[in-house]
Amino acid sequence: MHHSHLIAELLKLLASILLLISFAMLSQRRTQRLITLFALQGVILFVSTCIVAYSAGLRELYYSAALTLLLKVIALPWIFNRLIHRLGIRWDSEPLVNIPITMLVGLALVIFAFGLAQPISMMATTITRNTLGIALAVILLAFLMMISRRMAVTQVIGFLAMENGLFFAATSATYGMPMVIELGIALDLLVGVFILGIFFFQIREQFESLDLSNLEALRED
Amino acid sequence: MSLYSLLFRCILTLSLHDLHLLLVLVLGWLILGLAGLLRPHRVGLVAAVLFPVGAVIALGVALLGGIALMAAHIPQVAVLPLGLPDLPFHVRLDALSGFFLLLLGVAGAGISIFAAGYFRSGEGTAPGLHCLQYHTFLASMALVVLADDAYFFMVAWETMALSSYFLVTSQHRIPEIRRAGFLYLLIAHVGALCILLSFGVLQGGSWQFTFDSMRSARLTPFWASTAFLLALVGFGAKAGLVPLHVWLPEAHPAAPSPVSAMMSGLMLKTAVYGVLRITFDLLHIRYWWWGVLVLIVGLFSGLFGAIFAAVQTDMKRLLAYSSIENIGLIFAGIGLAILFEAFNLRLFAALALTAALIHSLNHSLFKSLLFLATGSVLHATNHRSLGKLGGLIRRMPWVATLALIGTLAIAGLPPLNGFISEWLLLQSFLFTPQIPHAFLNMVVPLGAAALVLIAALAAYVMVKFYGIIFLGQPREASLAEAHDPGWLERLGLAWLALGCVLIGVLPKIALRAAGSVTGALLGQAVNVSTPFWWIAPIAPAQASYSGLVLVGGIVVVVGITYVLVRVLAHGRVRRTVPWDCGYPWQTSRMQDTAEGFGQPILHMFGPFFRIERDTPSPSDCSPHYRIHIEDRLWRAIYQPIEIAVQHLSNAIGTLQGGRLATYLLYSFLTLIGLLVFVLWA
Repeated sequence: MHHSHLIAELLKLLASILLLISFAMLSQRRTQRLITLFALQGVILFVSTCIVAYSAGLRELYYSAALTLLLKVIALPWIFNRLIHRLGIRWDSEPLVNIPITMLVGLALVIFAFGLAQPISMMATTITRNTLGIALAVILLAFLMMISRRMAVTQVIGFLAMENGLFFAATSATYGMPMVIELGIALDLLVGVFILGIFFFQIREQFESLDLSNLEALRED
Repeated sequence: MSLYSLLFRCILTLSLHDLHLLLVLVLGWLILGLAGLLRPHRVGLVAAVLFPVGAVIALGVALLGGIALMAAHIPQVAVLPLGLPDLPFHVRLDALSGFFLLLLGVAGAGISIFAAGYFRSGEGTAPGLHCLQYHTFLASMALVVLADDAYFFMVAWETMALSSYFLVTSQHRIPEIRRAGFLYLLIAHVGALCILLSFGVLQGGSWQFTFDSMRSARLTPFWASTAFLLALVGFGAKAGLVPLHVWLPEAHPAAPSPVSAMMSGLMLKTAVYGVLRITFDLLHIRYWWWGVLVLIVGLFSGLFGAIFAAVQTDMKRLLAYSSIENIGLIFAGIGLAILFEAFNLRLFAALALTAALIHSLNHSLFKSLLFLATGSVLHATNHRSLGKLGGLIRRMPWVATLALIGTLAIAGLPPLNGFISEWLLLQSFLFTPQIPHAFLNMVVPLGAAALVLIAALAAYVMVKFYGIIFLGQPREASLAEAHDPGWLERLGLAWLALGCVLIGVLPKIALRAAGSVTGALLGQAVNVSTPFWWIAPIAPAQASYSGLVLVGGIVVVVGITYVLVRVLAHGRVRRTVPWDCGYPWQTSRMQDTAEGFGQPILHMFGPFFRIERDTPSPSDCSPHYRIHIEDRLWRAIYQPIEIAVQHLSNAIGTLQGGRLATYLLYSFLTLIGLLVFVLWA
């Protein structure tokens, strides 16, 4: 009893760190740091999944934790680092909405997500149920980051951070998704990042910049 | 006697499996269409095999449709193992569908034979693809007529609209043709939507969409009228009733001629079928004001079509407007039938409906014939404008002769078929004083006057059509090289002309065929107890007509005249130059032109048109007078709608700003909105 209480508290701590990282990502303008933060999110996910796996005694969750480590902590940050190195990106250009306002909107989103998660976590039986609100908040914050940034790389990181939130939501509400789905998602992410990497080069070749506001010229009048 | 009984037995066996055989034939059409894709760019296979086989299938369809009109094993029903789960396709063969299958098969056979010789490679769509679209079109029309539930009906109806759209836009590289196709598709879809809604009302709360359950539904007067009006708008859009006619004069000329013939001759009739099916079969009651409405719309369309046809300068546009006129007459007949039926005057209702049905059949024959003839002229001369044709009777004697039969028929002259239906329609107008309603029996006879006006204008239009194209002197030097088409095309034209003559001389056949339909729909048929060579639709004492006697009279008069001239008078043939009115330097440009011929009509019915004249300057050495005539209804009804839609589209278009962040914001706000909804619910 005491044991499970400790685990629940530990998970809450990890969830709060995840949320903190999300806010950090929202305010971070250096691309290099953003990738580091993304990798850090992956580490948190790895640790929390391992803890859930241990406490619930589910072997699949260990696999999924290993997958997270491999993909989100090692492979993707490595790919991104290479990409920004090749593309020569250091800073995101001026965000569409300035950072203090984005943070305030983010705050409102967190409150909204907690309110939303309350009735759902009442029904859940897992020990991780209290973290559902945080998972939802992470998803919404990542979405907000995609909206408020201009660079293609940042948007892709935002998209991946959203997936992190979904993954966390899945582990906290139902002890993770079935293994097949998880493998499918992992593959999708990897392929998606590859394709987007190709796109980055194409976009830069066309517009000599990765600023997505250039794409507005594609609109048909 | 034994031959007769053998034939009878044969027909009996056939009639037992009528419906299944029909479905096999329709499947045959679809297979022929797919076979066209085997070698899409080679015209040989398509022309030599597929289209002629399609024509034979059409004859089979006509035969089975005819048997369905005679046989006692009617109606036949079947459920096809196709369609959605729990929503199979129902088919049904009864007298009404039999009549329209007869029409489809007879005219379709002629058009298919003609098309075998007509389509060439290098003209728009590849021949093989044409073959697919063409046969899908034919098959879908047959299925429209056979469908026995709303679902299958709509599937067949939309297949018909789409396949004909592709046929219309076969020369899609020309912007006007694309525009015509779009307009056609747009109005076809508006119409289909109305038909769908009409079926939605007709099911009457049972949520069963078979026609059987609609027959047993008992709608309140309000909902019955709603269903009827929706059906009238929906089918009226396909039939080309004014003011939903705008697509017709654009789409018919844009299509290749056999396709124009099919659309005008056959497809418009499926709309007539739809109105009859819903009004007289699916609805359990009819109100007299429906009849008055249909009558007014029909007569107005008739008048409108005839007037506009008179001022056209493009031969296919002229025929397209003439189709509006004929459809107007058919709907006038339907309206009269509804009116009589609502007052329980069943015999007169049967007479009016017979007139409408026979006119449908006649129109499918002579309008197809004329459209095909314009196709031959177009191929021989490369001109569609009447101002560039003329004198073709000497260059193309076959087409000229066969087109003359069609022209006389559509002008309503005895002893051809057009006269029969117009005579029957006029007959039924003459019985309106029997209607027990004070105003109607005074006002409706005015419709008879309108009918006569329309018939006279139609004759005027046809004199123009034939006179400008085939008579007089050639207006272009290149016309000297024009020549008759090949034997397949002539055969197609001759087949349709034969139909025109046959119904005109022996109208009893058509009267019997229509009698089966009115018997099934109204429980009453016109009098057919006369011998085969004359008809008296109400009673011999009232009015009767005999095509055979008339033909005999004509032969006798012509014979006597011939004898008088050639034998009793001098008997020599003298060829000489005609009198040149004292002005020896005559050119072909001094003939009456298409514009000139239409001028009196343009003056008399001026308020109908929006006219833009292009008068040449006096110093112009080779002056050309141009006139651009527009439909006032386009500006009055369609243009405001077009502008409104444009504004609305622009307003919606601002949503598409081209900024990725904005698009993401849309998704984000939608997500938040949905989550809030979840939270509140």
